[in-house]
Amino acid sequence: MDVMERIDQAVKNNAVVLFMKGTPQMPQCGFSSRAAQALMACGKEFAHVNVLMDPEIFENLPRYADWPTFPQLYINGELIGGCDITLELYQKGELQKMVAEAVDGQTAEG
Amino acid sequence: MRIQNVIESKLKQDLQPVYLEVINESGNHNVPPGSESHFKVVIVSDAFMDKMPVARHRMINRILAEELQNSIHALALHTYTPTEWDEVSSHVPASPPCQGGGNK
Repeated sequence: MDVMERIDQAVKNNAVVLFMKGTPQMPQCGFSSRAAQALMACGKEFAHVNVLMDPEIFENLPRYADWPTFPQLYINGELIGGCDITLELYQKGELQKMVAEAVDGQTAEG
Repeated sequence: MRIQNVIESKLKQDLQPVYLEVINESGNHNVPPGSESHFKVVIVSDAFMDKMPVARHRMINRILAEELQNSIHALALHTYTPTEWDEVSSHVPASPPCQGGGNK
């Protein structure tokens, strides 16, 4: 499968997905670590893609979303932002709502 | 020109910020001394009015596309409109008033 399709599937098949360096349990970048922590604190399950383990995605994700850096958070198929935006939303209490709505909404439909 | 100056002048030119702070945070990271790889930008501009955070960051990413491609490894962005900035600054707790303990 083409790398753009693979990215697209990861984005569209998961209510919440974080493209990050490392994993939530073992992040390999301070920015990825913070974003993952904020998401974990929302208390819902989320998918992650370790871009360090997938050089193709690492190379092409910036082009996919016109966003040059990692991490990248997608909720309901839409780019929410990187570390700063994720934390900002978390501090305002908005991330928790967005994640809950996305995850619970999906469960209800499925 | 140093990257830090390039970032400052490009953002000033394109966004006319009322407040701009570009901080080189490379020293906190695993790079040689004197590196210009990790930056933090605090910027207040009318250009962000009615724009979602993603759109604001994209504006900056576009302005600094060349630098992001070639030299900047990490760019932390904190973007505010002047109104938002007033609110943020007002959240900084004020020091407590004197309660007379000096007894002079």
